[in-house]
Amino acid sequence: MVRASSVEIRKVNKFYGPFHALKDIDMSIAPGKVTCLIGPSGSGKSTLLRCVNFLEEYNSGEVLIDGELIGYETAGGKKMSSRRLREMRRTIGMVFQQFNLWPHMTALQNVAEGLIRVRGMAKSEAEARAADALEKVGLGDRMSNHPSRLSGGQQQRVAIARAIAMEPRLMLFDEPTSALDPELVGEVLSVMKALAAEGMTMVVVTHEMGFAAHVADKVAFMEQGELVAMDEPANILHHPEDPRIQSFLRTYHERNSF
Amino acid sequence: MNDLLAHYGPFLLRGFGMTVLCWLLGTVGGMALGLAIALIQRYSIAPVRWVLRIYIEAIRGTPFLAQLFLLYYGGPMFGLRLDPIPAGLLGLSVYSSPYFAEIFRSAFGAVPIGQIEAARAIGMSEPSIVRRILLPLGLVSALPAMVNFSIVLTKETVILSIITVPELMYQVQRMSAETFRYVEANLALALFFWGLVELISRLGRRFETRITKHLIERT
Repeated sequence: MVRASSVEIRKVNKFYGPFHALKDIDMSIAPGKVTCLIGPSGSGKSTLLRCVNFLEEYNSGEVLIDGELIGYETAGGKKMSSRRLREMRRTIGMVFQQFNLWPHMTALQNVAEGLIRVRGMAKSEAEARAADALEKVGLGDRMSNHPSRLSGGQQQRVAIARAIAMEPRLMLFDEPTSALDPELVGEVLSVMKALAAEGMTMVVVTHEMGFAAHVADKVAFMEQGELVAMDEPANILHHPEDPRIQSFLRTYHERNSF
Repeated sequence: MNDLLAHYGPFLLRGFGMTVLCWLLGTVGGMALGLAIALIQRYSIAPVRWVLRIYIEAIRGTPFLAQLFLLYYGGPMFGLRLDPIPAGLLGLSVYSSPYFAEIFRSAFGAVPIGQIEAARAIGMSEPSIVRRILLPLGLVSALPAMVNFSIVLTKETVILSIITVPELMYQVQRMSAETFRYVEANLALALFFWGLVELISRLGRRFETRITKHLIERT
């Protein structure tokens, strides 16, 4: 079992100029729980996720990781030092829609890089750990390949290995399967399921309703920068009360039926 | 013709050697300055960026000939007294630096932000990100433009003859003045330059193929 973090989001607001992207978001995620963020595109799901590791700067409110404010020294105060921010980010893994592997490095080097530069490990130790992480995502035989020689699903699994090699206590997934061909989605989801089973706290922005229904402890529905509802998966996905959720799911089912 | 070659050949060769040397050192100097400018522009506060912007516009907006005159003949007025060769090298470096700075600026801008964010997300420091991600990826995409501008610079070296750097143009002018064989002298100069440029562009292409090997998506 991993040591898992809690996430507490309080009254978070985010503006892009006059555009109000996140409106008073409150959300509480217990250690070891999997939360899926769903909703139409442009609803603020990814923005909220990116506020959790402060890749996106929220304008007001608080985001607390294990009770510790990220991004600012005090709520509404000045920004925390970049050194402190880096320390907090070390325990937060992130996986992106576009994988974002470094194309000039092999799979092994991609995973070892953070261990060497951030954790200060010797190259040999870092590579041994990186190899373990790659084995774990089923890519033990592709370690010396550059990203250009890997399929989308394999690239995304390398990206997951890169994150878990750092031994995070919280994993953020930003539409991890949206850029994949349909037949490659499964391999990524099964790695994520295994990670959830180990007790990792996970926040997942996704359009995979099956994953949300079967793996998530909570599903949060967002629309137009608001958190409309957050509840057990069944209450959101099977018998939602809010008409906005009903209409979103209707569109989803129509698109996926044939 | 043979007498001409026998007498002036060694001078021309020596001049060509000096041309290559000035080009090489001036280009390397310009690249280093340009890289520093591009990085400082990327990571510094607005006033510093404005100063660099003015530097870039001023150097790009004036002829190299005038810059070189100002440096070599105007420098002593400000206590900067340089011999012809150092003055020429400094002049070439300064003259080329804004062009290289712009090449690097746009190449850094072309590095996908996601790859930088991925590094930030695992807690890498900005200096590490520059060294490990931004520079390797940025320099690769800058390479064709760097080679191209380096080729332009080979021919700018002829201007160094006006401050008596004994490079190829200087020797050609001497030969012309002494023999009145302007056509032959300048033809020789043209051939030397063409050969040099051909060599640089071939080496550049070969190097490019080698370092982009892993960056091309194969599906």
